[in-house]
Amino acid sequence: MTSLWLSILFLPFKGLQAALVLFAVVSTVLLSWALLSKYKNTVGFYIRTVASQLCGAGLFSHKQVLVGRYACLLALFILPFFVRDYFLDVAILVGIYVILALGLNVVVGFAGLLNLGFVAFYALGAYTYALLNTKLALGFWTALPFSVGLSAIAGFLLAVPALRLRGDYLAIVTLGFGEITRLILNNWDSLTMGPNGISGISSPTILSLSLGKLSYFYYLVLLFVLLTIFVTRRVYSSKIGRAWVAIREDEIASSIMGINATMYKLYAFAFGAFWAGLAGAVFAAKMQFVSPESFTFMESVLILCMVILGGLGSIWGVILGAFILVLLPEMLREIQLYRMLTLGAGLVLLMVFRPQGLFGGKGVSLRS
Amino acid sequence: MFLQQLINGLTLGSVYALIALGYSMVYGILELINFAHGEIYMLGAYLGIIFLAFFTAIGLTAYNLPLSLLLTIILSIIFCSCYGFTMEKIAYKPLRNAPRLSPLISAIGVSIFLQNYVMLTQGATDKVFPHIFGAAGFQFMSVRMTFLQLCIILTSLILMVVLRFFVRKTRMGTAMRAVAQDKTMAALVGINIDTVISVTFIIGSGLAAVAGLMVAMYYGLVNYYIGYIAGIKAFTAAVLGGIGSIRGAMVGGILLGLVESLGGSYISGEYKDAYAFVILIIILLIKPGGLFGKAELEKV
Repeated sequence: MTSLWLSILFLPFKGLQAALVLFAVVSTVLLSWALLSKYKNTVGFYIRTVASQLCGAGLFSHKQVLVGRYACLLALFILPFFVRDYFLDVAILVGIYVILALGLNVVVGFAGLLNLGFVAFYALGAYTYALLNTKLALGFWTALPFSVGLSAIAGFLLAVPALRLRGDYLAIVTLGFGEITRLILNNWDSLTMGPNGISGISSPTILSLSLGKLSYFYYLVLLFVLLTIFVTRRVYSSKIGRAWVAIREDEIASSIMGINATMYKLYAFAFGAFWAGLAGAVFAAKMQFVSPESFTFMESVLILCMVILGGLGSIWGVILGAFILVLLPEMLREIQLYRMLTLGAGLVLLMVFRPQGLFGGKGVSLRS
Repeated sequence: MFLQQLINGLTLGSVYALIALGYSMVYGILELINFAHGEIYMLGAYLGIIFLAFFTAIGLTAYNLPLSLLLTIILSIIFCSCYGFTMEKIAYKPLRNAPRLSPLISAIGVSIFLQNYVMLTQGATDKVFPHIFGAAGFQFMSVRMTFLQLCIILTSLILMVVLRFFVRKTRMGTAMRAVAQDKTMAALVGINIDTVISVTFIIGSGLAAVAGLMVAMYYGLVNYYIGYIAGIKAFTAAVLGGIGSIRGAMVGGILLGLVESLGGSYISGEYKDAYAFVILIIILLIKPGGLFGKAELEKV
């Protein structure tokens, strides 16, 4: 029934033949799903066993996990000696997205505030560096504090009025902010060169050593990623992090406990925007070119997907989410066209079947 | 010049109002921002083009133009309503008791899915709606109003009056208002909530389909991403008028259309799309209830 219904809906868009194909595919999927759910308990048991083995719950000792972690780190450090430039390129991209996703995770995952305009802060960081570098000839390290600081301040300023709103309205206001930022970048021709973008941004240097070479840049990104992981982890387990979680779980209850909810939400916004600014500056330095096209709403959604896919609030989950969503389309070039389609369907399926994400922590909920 | 922009604004505004009604009704009942509602409008525009092309291909258009146009409109509305219905069943119904942000994220997913679905099946280039109305109209001093513009404004007004009647006077309308007030109580007095929600989605999608068709005829061009921006604008209209209120959606839509066309010609055309966002943000910050809405209290 369902498959017939869907095929009829599909019919006008691609004609009879495609609709028949869709009918066959959906029927097979639904039938096998029905068959599977008959053996639900056994299958579920196997999946759970495999999953727990993968996650290492109880199977690996603390020591083994630590060793594994250091091995991974070592592998990441020696990576440039073994792989081609193309892989380094992808790895740098992954790194930038990991920083972004971790930043958004602070806002959405820790504090439970849906921010759909996250890309605005990313854009702000990138454009700040691009402008300071091309107009005032400031180097990466001098411009970086401005990039990061400006993004954080913008996050703070947006949050001051916006936080008076409830969850879904807040999401829409942040979305509006993101779109306005992009429109300004697109139309303020005298400053941002409009849709042409800014080119000729220079690479960062350390003691007159240019990091333009891919492998050097890789180390720079790796260091920033490690810094992000380290700092967000520390903050998460600090007093501020606890306050965020308390607010996310129940704002009214937490404010009765004496937590100044507005203040901590402001911190969350500014702190998240801080990382977006960092990622933006790194992105501008890597590409040596910025244009409004890189900062669309879809980019915000992509980062949000990374956070949700991996598991809201879980740092390792989010990193994995960024890995998956950057690497998959890179590896399977042919499916690039279908990337957004799958992403959309994936969001729905995740929300329906596994709202805590693939590797989500326990007890993380999407309240606000 | 001013009057001309006024008429353009009214035309645009009545389209926004029609889409805004869908947002408003769904929000009134489910407290969900149906992010994918704009895509239904886009589907409506595409379906109109597809069906009209189909009727042209089988020769009906040449034989009897009004009949084929009528069939196109009816079929598009039916299909869009079915899309709306299916969307609710797949993406929102399982999340009815989930935390508030889950259905919103799911709605974003549906929106992206539908956009790319149309892009992949129909191509990424602009689609042309055949010129059947031409530019016929009447001239009044320096102001021109085409028949199509008049048609759009009148159709929207009639549909809104009918909807108001439906919600106020019929049995189903009463049930809808009851569910909007309190779902549990409505269920206790024997109202089938699932049916009411489905009907809401069907009506909202039907209205969006009409809006999509009219825009396709008006501009003559459609693209797979028109739904996103139109959706945001219609949402702004709904919020402006007070979300959940039918009269508010009407007024909000027309106001927004006027602001856009007047602002576009007197202030800056480049930032035309930004006006909606600015209005939205200002309204939400100053008077979140909108012009006709009432302030909401958060319950513990």
